[in-house]
Amino acid sequence: MLVLGIESSCDETGAALVKDGRYILSNVVASQTEIHNRYGGVVPEVASRQQLTTILPVLEMALEQAGCSWEKIDAVAATYGPGLAGSLLVGLTVGKTLALAHTLPFLGVNHLEAHIYANWLRQENTLIASSTPEHWGYQEGDPVFPLICLIVSGAHSELVFVPEHGHYQLLGRTRDDAAGEAFDKVARILGLGYPGGPAIQKAAQRAEEELLHQQKSVAQARNSYRLPRAWLRGCYDFSFSGLKTAMLHLAEGATESNDGKQVSQYTRMGVQAAQQGIPNVALLASSFQEAIVDVLAVKTRLAAQEYRVKQVVLAGGVAANTSLRARLQQELSPLHIHLSFPAVSLCTDNAAMIASAAFFHLSLGEQHGLDLDVQPGLSLPFIKKSE
Amino acid sequence: MRLGALLCGGELLLLDGQLGTGKTTFTQGLAKGMGITDVVSSPTFTLLKEYTSQSRSDTENETQRGLALYHFDLYRLDNPDEIIDLGFEDYFYGSDVCVIEWAAKADLLWPAERLHIRLKMISETERSLLFTAVGQRYYELLRQFHYATTSS
Repeated sequence: MLVLGIESSCDETGAALVKDGRYILSNVVASQTEIHNRYGGVVPEVASRQQLTTILPVLEMALEQAGCSWEKIDAVAATYGPGLAGSLLVGLTVGKTLALAHTLPFLGVNHLEAHIYANWLRQENTLIASSTPEHWGYQEGDPVFPLICLIVSGAHSELVFVPEHGHYQLLGRTRDDAAGEAFDKVARILGLGYPGGPAIQKAAQRAEEELLHQQKSVAQARNSYRLPRAWLRGCYDFSFSGLKTAMLHLAEGATESNDGKQVSQYTRMGVQAAQQGIPNVALLASSFQEAIVDVLAVKTRLAAQEYRVKQVVLAGGVAANTSLRARLQQELSPLHIHLSFPAVSLCTDNAAMIASAAFFHLSLGEQHGLDLDVQPGLSLPFIKKSE
Repeated sequence: MRLGALLCGGELLLLDGQLGTGKTTFTQGLAKGMGITDVVSSPTFTLLKEYTSQSRSDTENETQRGLALYHFDLYRLDNPDEIIDLGFEDYFYGSDVCVIEWAAKADLLWPAERLHIRLKMISETERSLLFTAVGQRYYELLRQFHYATTSS
């Protein structure tokens, strides 16, 4: 089954053609990150007007790259929530219109669910022979149910138990800032630029590589600053706003200590950093990243143990963070729990994941009418925790 | 007494203050006062989050929708035009409650009457809040709030 997927829930505009929910024929994303960067770290234009002008070229490019005509396409899918109403409307309306014009089945996709299905997309593009029977059931290389999914992005930090296709049980979520948001805001506090996740990772790597080069432990960088971790024991919720504020106080401590008012943790570390030839900001970035990764990895491992799963999947933009991947691997492999995560390009918003999620729903006979409306506040279709 | 409990719909609350001063925390308290049981988390990335409160109507035969809270965050926006592009203006003149973080980014856009709340960091655990009413309606609201907090 060949599905055309369309994504326009927030900043990105994307179109993709995916075969059998797993094999990417094309995946085009018009990202505005570059524009954001040029304007100095803040989003200048997230308006749906921008998406209106990019969506048709993006669609044409996706069809062209896949080298396929409309006769080959079996269904059209588009994100219908969660996201910004105006942005969602662009992709959903285009998707429904194309389905109507080509008399194809249409399916609206939950953006969050699609992030999880990015784990079904094959990273190395081994194109299957056309004779391969298409199947929504387990195929080699698929994640194995039941599984725990950690969704971490700018807008989300959620821990979800997934017993089977389409069933979700929310175990925990952020009570304030999402993990990706914390990365972005702290990168701004540290003057590291936008997007914050990659910027912090790069700065942290600089400190850690320098220490390795000096044959010292990377833990020296990761634990150089004592930062708070909100463990919220007894539940799977997260909180990152206190960590953000702690970083702010450290950065402020830097200016205070210049006046000789007090010798802060920041100043002491600054002296040490200079001795080691490492920028102090890199130590801060490394300690901050460690504080976030620590909480995310430990809570995910605890959930995996409680729910006795053999599979954990990562989803969302922060899933691209190499420290998080490595640390989770370290937590899970002694327990023989398999960790999978999408390719970096499939962690952030894209349309291939929309087409993948759509395939599994369409295979089960689901489809939406053309009266489907956008749902900006949509969440995963959570089932109640069974007592 | 919580400020949220005094809101009756159509209010516009503009929050300003640096990172970490408690804008989202303030909104969480406000939501609680409005009878919203959902987790209120930061809208920085989504730009807008919507919550609906349980109906506060005491009369049982009247089934009415509780007040909605629209929680905006302009942190990621730079230009007031973008707010207009996003269609956010419509909400500001509606009959529900709008709370806007980083409101100073769109100073010229606000309706004639609104409540400004300026948050400042005093220390790691203390914040100061400065309430400024613009218009009779918000003057009344602050008077009620002041009376309720000082008398209890």
